[in-house]
Amino acid sequence: MAAPEISTAAVPTLYTNNALRNAFGGVLAFFILLLIGVMAFSIRLFSVIKYESVIHEFDPYFNYRVTQFLAKNGIYEFWNWFDDRTWYPLGRVIGGTVYPGLTLTAGTIWWLLNSLNIPLSVETVCVFTAPIFSAFASWATYLLTKEVKGTGAGLTAAALLAMVPSYISRSVAGSYDNEAVAIFALIFTFYLYIKTLNTGSLFYATLNSIAYFYMVCSWGGYTFIINLIPMHVLLCIVTGRFSSRLYIAYAPLVVLGTLLAALVPVVGFNAVMTSEHFASFLVFIILHVVAFAYYIKGILTPKMFKVAVTLVVSVGLAVCCAVIAVLIALVASSPTKGWSGRSLSLLDPTYASKYIPIIASVSEHQPPTWPSYFMDINVLAFLVPAGIIACFSPLSDASSFVVLYIATSVYFSGVMVRLMLVFAPAACITSGIALSQAFDVFTRSIKFQLPGISSNTEVDAAETSSATAKAQNDAVKTEKSEETSKNRPSKKSKKKEKEEKPSTKAKSEKKRLLALPLDSSVISLLLLILLGAFYVVHCVWAAAEAYSAPSIVLTSRSHDGLHVFDDFREAYAWLRHNTDVDDKVASWWDYGYQTTAMANRTVIVDNNTWNNTHIATVGTAMSSPEKAAWEIFHSLDVKYVLVVFGGLVGYPSDDINKFLWMVRIGGGVFPHIKEPDYLRDGQYRIDSQATPTMLNCLMYKLSYYRFVETDGKGYDRVRQTEIGKKYFKLTHFEEVFTTHHWMVRIYKLKPPKNRIRGKSKKSKSQKTSSTSNRAKRSGTGKKNPWH
Amino acid sequence: MEAPIRATHILGFALFFLLFFVCRSSPLHDLLISSAERRIDLTSHIVKVYLTLKVENAGSSPTSEILLAFPPTQVDHLATVEALVTKGKRKKTTLVRLDVKPTELPDAPNGTKYFTIYLANPLNSGESTTLEVLYLFTHSLEPFPAEIGQSESQLVYYRDSALILSPYHIKQQTTFIKTPSTKVESFTRVEPTNRAGTEMKYGPYEDHPPYSSSPILIHFENNSPFPVVEELVREVEISHWGNLQVTEQYTLVHGGARHKGVFSRVEYQSRPTLSGTSSLRYLLARLPPRVHSVYYRDEIGNISSSHLRTDSRKSELEIEPRYPLFGGWKATFIIGYGLPLQDFLFESSDDRRYLNFTFGCPLLETVVDKLTVKVVLPEGSKDPSAVVPFPVEQHLETKYSYLDVVGRTVVVMEKKNLVPSHNSHFQVHYTFKPIFMLAEPLMLASAFFLFFVACVAYLHIDLSIRK
Repeated sequence: MAAPEISTAAVPTLYTNNALRNAFGGVLAFFILLLIGVMAFSIRLFSVIKYESVIHEFDPYFNYRVTQFLAKNGIYEFWNWFDDRTWYPLGRVIGGTVYPGLTLTAGTIWWLLNSLNIPLSVETVCVFTAPIFSAFASWATYLLTKEVKGTGAGLTAAALLAMVPSYISRSVAGSYDNEAVAIFALIFTFYLYIKTLNTGSLFYATLNSIAYFYMVCSWGGYTFIINLIPMHVLLCIVTGRFSSRLYIAYAPLVVLGTLLAALVPVVGFNAVMTSEHFASFLVFIILHVVAFAYYIKGILTPKMFKVAVTLVVSVGLAVCCAVIAVLIALVASSPTKGWSGRSLSLLDPTYASKYIPIIASVSEHQPPTWPSYFMDINVLAFLVPAGIIACFSPLSDASSFVVLYIATSVYFSGVMVRLMLVFAPAACITSGIALSQAFDVFTRSIKFQLPGISSNTEVDAAETSSATAKAQNDAVKTEKSEETSKNRPSKKSKKKEKEEKPSTKAKSEKKRLLALPLDSSVISLLLLILLGAFYVVHCVWAAAEAYSAPSIVLTSRSHDGLHVFDDFREAYAWLRHNTDVDDKVASWWDYGYQTTAMANRTVIVDNNTWNNTHIATVGTAMSSPEKAAWEIFHSLDVKYVLVVFGGLVGYPSDDINKFLWMVRIGGGVFPHIKEPDYLRDGQYRIDSQATPTMLNCLMYKLSYYRFVETDGKGYDRVRQTEIGKKYFKLTHFEEVFTTHHWMVRIYKLKPPKNRIRGKSKKSKSQKTSSTSNRAKRSGTGKKNPWH
Repeated sequence: MEAPIRATHILGFALFFLLFFVCRSSPLHDLLISSAERRIDLTSHIVKVYLTLKVENAGSSPTSEILLAFPPTQVDHLATVEALVTKGKRKKTTLVRLDVKPTELPDAPNGTKYFTIYLANPLNSGESTTLEVLYLFTHSLEPFPAEIGQSESQLVYYRDSALILSPYHIKQQTTFIKTPSTKVESFTRVEPTNRAGTEMKYGPYEDHPPYSSSPILIHFENNSPFPVVEELVREVEISHWGNLQVTEQYTLVHGGARHKGVFSRVEYQSRPTLSGTSSLRYLLARLPPRVHSVYYRDEIGNISSSHLRTDSRKSELEIEPRYPLFGGWKATFIIGYGLPLQDFLFESSDDRRYLNFTFGCPLLETVVDKLTVKVVLPEGSKDPSAVVPFPVEQHLETKYSYLDVVGRTVVVMEKKNLVPSHNSHFQVHYTFKPIFMLAEPLMLASAFFLFFVACVAYLHIDLSIRK
């Protein structure tokens, strides 16, 4: 409901010169913004109300742990932090490999609160950082859209952004991830860029660099900014929109921004060395060439200028060719062409699945499906085209930026579902513009046809006649977007409006002529309000039902009440209190961050997938038969192995379902692991038809050990089948803990002396013949005793 | 009512001191115990001993001190000693609690430790009185075998003496030992010894001289879990706005036989009577009535397995740890709740306020190794003093909470080795002026006021250089 009301309320401020009304509009806009902020914050609290105030999912646990460290040890210790609790035995330099923006933000908030003697825990601060920053993000959206299309559009866009499901999905309370602050930083950087572009003020240009610095601190997605802004600059130059304002908006950003970005340890020299940043430097050069050309053009006569141009162009082309040749040679010499894997998979969507299974295995790196667009931006998907058209009439520097932003982000969101998040603000801004323009047209039509009656009472009166309105929803919508585009040329931006005070009278006459019929505008208004209402309902539903589950605690509702599955924390708490503090726990990398944060135990691999070989080693161990796996784990000092198993309660994202990725990633480095060995006729199955390799691999055994005793059949509720091998014994591992719903099972490696016993179990493990060359990794060249 | 008793007290003491100086030869051997009956309850992991002594003054001078003796191994585990005396005639007997204090005697044999019971009325020569003594031991059951598997039952040793250690001559004594089940692996026989069902009877033994002892060892099954709170920090925060916030941080351990090897969930779930019988599945906390906003969590979030039952007299919180605790397994958790202030805070006659709250751990049947009670007084309160019915270590701290400027005074009390019978009330007296309640709202109001003034000022000041 909020969106339509806001724009109707804000419209009067645009078209009155009355100072009092202006002031009233300002105050109203301020309070609306305040309410938008409150709404953005409170719609994200469903997770706290429905579940609890807890950190969500995987990555947030790492960020939380880093923040705890920061709060405890201070900033200098943080920069020097070498974490020996993860990637055993390699460790990880946290200070140099983490985007510190989020951590420093939350750490600063915590420090500030504590110095005011408000004793909130680090966890509480972390949980609520994301909602706070979404409020900031919606205000930044207001500022950005206001720069593009005025206050009304700004408020609408802010309200839309405050509750866009795509953004909610990454910023509910507890979702303490980089994106939570990065989206604010992204929008704010864009706002400052547009502001500089509109004003030509160096002050804003400097602020822009600082905002860019914050963005670099916060998220790897900063490369989007440093490529989008150069693209826009280039667009401006090509379309003949070069101005000194453009120069001021761009040149300081590149110089200051790059310098500042290089200060962030994780970026460092990448800020000048990698291909992601080349576009900005190239455009920087072009900008200077163009600026120089304009300068020369100013001081030379046209004739002389022509001569100079031919001279410069011929020489310049030669130089450019040489430079480009050198650059290409440099870039081509590096194996990935100077691009990081994730960036490359953005440019070539098939790249990751071909070469880097570890990137492809992450669900948020998959391309989205069509329903996910509707789920994540809902009605905005229909409003975006109208907004783009609105941006073209008239096309200003700022609106061309919005068009460019939405065009690129649509592409990126189509490649990776995660980048829907970048697309959502663009969609909100364009839809905000579209909605606001449409409201403008309709309310103005009503106002000019009924002089003396305010538009608000008119809306109320019209609500009674809404019976026939519903059926025409679609037709009217397309009609509306046409109408808005038709009406657009008559309007100017707010600034121009103010300048043309004397001509208002003539303009109002003109507007009267362009007004729409009364009943059609009333109906259209109503339909728009209905559309907004649908959007709000959907957003609230998405926030409450779809996106607020913390994923470490699961609930299910059945006829006999609510069931809580708190198995993950049960297992982590057990590890935390009942194992030795230096014990190493091996699990698939998904659970690495949670294990270090919640169980405080050393892990072999975690969600920061920086070392593919190490992950492949764990993948190989999981896909190997028991003894080979024991050897791998033993060589890594592992004491406990943790597997996630959903077969008893039907939890689908368990390790058996992820197992093929382990095989693929393991096989990518250790070729004796072959994916076809685990597939029967290309099908992944664990029932009696499964291959012997599959039925003898460690993951199968650890998942299904003594599972058959629960129901006598061994029926797996996720795979909907009875398991293939029901009765077997573990020779090298022993079960030390299984959670209440069997979702997490922890096994302990038996001590080395039991290796001798392997001989007596010969017959049991005979089938695992395909792994004869496994010994490559451990380096000893030992043969398995049963060969 | 009070005055005459006090007068007799003083009189008694005066008399006693007089006598003490007159006959300096210790009155120990003047007393004798004509009959003693001891009942040892081994059903839980807290060993309860009820001792009924009939004391006779065989000497010539009246005495009001009676000594209890404990071997040094037991005294370390001794949690509490209480002595009661029956008063009045047969029909309306009332039990009167007596003072018991640890005492050092110079010539104690083999490091024996003593507790002195101070009688209210001195025992005149030839008179006799009956004392009821109750004392509790913690950590006195030694698991043997020390490590058990999941399906084994927990066997423990209990060591004691068949004869009551006493500095006095005991004419006749009997000891009854109650075990939790009929399953007793072995026990030392000191004839006459009988065993029937869950009860063993040592004695009666006649005429044993002082300090006689005869060690016994009982090996029996005790499948009750041994919940031991290694450390408990209770923080009681008083807010004069009407709330008493209690936060309790537990470090819980199962103090029984250590768990060995495999934990199989399938056995634990399918055969709960055979598998993991001594595991700690749940705990019951008895909280005051009218409790609200109860939470139960640990460092990684809320623990969903808890139930709260409230009625007008008490509240019961049943909590399950995240996982069943086997021997040696640990868990930490936090319980917090709010209470209406008027139930616990009172004004005393001298214009001071006092908090009246329970001292010990609200969990039933639980041993607490170390308890720290912190009473956080509101900001601005002065002259705190604590009255605790047993000796505790005390000191003061300062805590800064929401928007505090000078900090809140915290009365910290520490005590080791507690059992549920320590759940008696203690009082913290302090003075507090209600005007301090307004300090923080006023501070906030003025801060906002200044902020708005600054905003107004900023909007009206023109700082531009060029006009």
